[in-house]
Amino acid sequence: MSILVDKNTRVICQGITGKAGEFHSKNCLEYGTKMVAGVTPGRGGQSVLGLPVYDTVVEAVEKDGAEATMIFVPAPFTADAILEAADAGIKLIVAITEGVPVLDMARVYARLKADYPHVRLVGPNCPGVITAGECKIGIMPGYIHKRGKVGVMSRSGTLTYEAVWQLTGLGLGQTTCVGLGGDPIVGTSFIDVLGMFQEDPETEAIIMMGEIGGTAEEEAAAFVKANVTKPVAAFIAGRTAPPGKRMGHAGAIISGGKGTATEKVAALQDAGIEVAESPADMGEAVVRAIKRAGK
Amino acid sequence: MKIHEFQGKALLRQAGISVPAGVAAKTPDEAAAAFDQLGGKLAVVKAQIHAGGRGKGTIKGNESQRGVELVKTREDAKRVAAALLGRELVTIQTGPEGKLVQQVLVEAGCDIDRELYLGIVVDRACSLPVLMVSNEGGMNIEEVAAETPEKIFLEPFHPADGLQSYQVRKLCHRLGIKGDSIRSAEKLMKGLCKLFVELDCSIVEVNPLVVTKQGDLMALDAKINFDDNAMFRHKDLVELRDLSEEDPAEVRAGNAGLSYVQLEGNIGCLVNGAGLAMSTMDLVKLHGGQPANFLDVGGGAQVDQVTEAFRILLGDKNVKAVLVNIFGGIMRCTTIANAILEAYKQVDFNVPLVVRLEGTEVEEGRKILANSGIKVITAEGLTDAAKKVVAAAGAA
Repeated sequence: MSILVDKNTRVICQGITGKAGEFHSKNCLEYGTKMVAGVTPGRGGQSVLGLPVYDTVVEAVEKDGAEATMIFVPAPFTADAILEAADAGIKLIVAITEGVPVLDMARVYARLKADYPHVRLVGPNCPGVITAGECKIGIMPGYIHKRGKVGVMSRSGTLTYEAVWQLTGLGLGQTTCVGLGGDPIVGTSFIDVLGMFQEDPETEAIIMMGEIGGTAEEEAAAFVKANVTKPVAAFIAGRTAPPGKRMGHAGAIISGGKGTATEKVAALQDAGIEVAESPADMGEAVVRAIKRAGK
Repeated sequence: MKIHEFQGKALLRQAGISVPAGVAAKTPDEAAAAFDQLGGKLAVVKAQIHAGGRGKGTIKGNESQRGVELVKTREDAKRVAAALLGRELVTIQTGPEGKLVQQVLVEAGCDIDRELYLGIVVDRACSLPVLMVSNEGGMNIEEVAAETPEKIFLEPFHPADGLQSYQVRKLCHRLGIKGDSIRSAEKLMKGLCKLFVELDCSIVEVNPLVVTKQGDLMALDAKINFDDNAMFRHKDLVELRDLSEEDPAEVRAGNAGLSYVQLEGNIGCLVNGAGLAMSTMDLVKLHGGQPANFLDVGGGAQVDQVTEAFRILLGDKNVKAVLVNIFGGIMRCTTIANAILEAYKQVDFNVPLVVRLEGTEVEEGRKILANSGIKVITAEGLTDAAKKVVAAAGAA
């Protein structure tokens, strides 16, 4: 078992005829992802990487039974692409695109909640989702992953690779790794994924990488305290970030004295979560969390 | 993207929101003329910089001069403008170096009955924009939020529907706004929420929002920031940008598609990904060093962008050593390695360089560096990299 995706998930790429879309679709195919088609409006009838290209997502659903999509369309068109996928009946939407206007996402989020409550959106501005050895939907380097028992989730891309690399180096494989994205409004939160990992019999421990800004980590800590019985480790990036400055991610900003790393670390520790002292300590923190749980 | 108060007020005026009459001035004479133009009675002269706290802020070297002053004659207007223009104003938001005042806003005074606070931001907790109001106008609202959060009233609204009339009535009830003032409040609150959505703002803040003796609501201040990601559909707003208010290195980085924040330390950091970049700063600090910057080269950067990143880093005179920390995903380690070679050719590399590479095309990247003959301190893993760069900066 795993969460969200497995070797049978039928995946399409929206924006497959673009440079990034094609490059990463190729990598996903090589990893073993069951890619079935691509979609680019106006390019229907062509073929990329041996996959059929359609004008609309609904054709990919009707002809190839598409269930999940990886979105690479440019930021101005991402909101529309997400709603198109939801409307066509896609169950899992992974939006890789960065730079989507925040108010576009506010509209999309409200629409999905009201009209497509069973559709799961991951991202935007995220590395994607990977179930080790089975299905990669996103831009993460496949080779660093190894199948095992740790569930991984993060607001940052490269920091996730770092954590996975450390875990793999320690002999701790992963079930599924979920990149939530660094924007202020994203489709999936730590809490959503924590719930899935708690339910997944194969996942035995969880690590989450958070960062300054917002209160998602505090909410996750409260959720862990109330609902998660599996060992959890965490790391918070941005302990040295100055207030009022946006640290790359639109969401990574300390404003009004809120969203500091200190507050987040305190909330996590209060929930019994093993917090890594430095980014070099993320893998070891999982080891300590497992040991502490006596497993 | 930030704009000045006088620009924000012009946008408010266009949207039909009540603001005091005002004229921007770049010289003391222009300020005096503005005073006459506004009726020649009572006016306020306000320094225009991209930072808050101006009313309590003081001019560097002339601490009795505040950033905002009430004037009653044209001579006063001229004198205050002369004391502000061309000087640095230091406020709680500018840091000790202050910000150069290049313009002032001369604004007609009004009869204030009471001062309120109004702000609009996107609330991450509910994934919607939210209107915040409080009776604690003119105060540092961040202190109010921290100490007495019950004094701030919130109403989330859907971007497509806008703020609803019942929400205005509820807020008026909470604020004690009664009678005809409710109609004035409805026009202003709905108008500001509409403007927030239509112009893709990331923050609209009116502090203070005043109720005049006549019972009308008026925006006495206007702080507007825009969502950079949405500026592609607001070409007219982009023209309001004032580059002289921004850090030159940050502007340069922005032009090259890099995300850069200047800090105080002496260790330059070049990293891919915001989370890893922040973590690298944390790690440097943990090992006793001080990061000179946050620099995320992103995933899609090409050799020339990364070379520009090196130029910006080495252009900071405080930098005594540079740490390159790359975990390639989209970014290929070969791109970074080639950029380092390119930077060596084009930029005067006068400080030690510590490089840690991992991820996509790592072996090829390491080979390029090893065969290049240039002096690079290579590191295995994060801790090793941090220790080496802190030692290198210390020895310099």
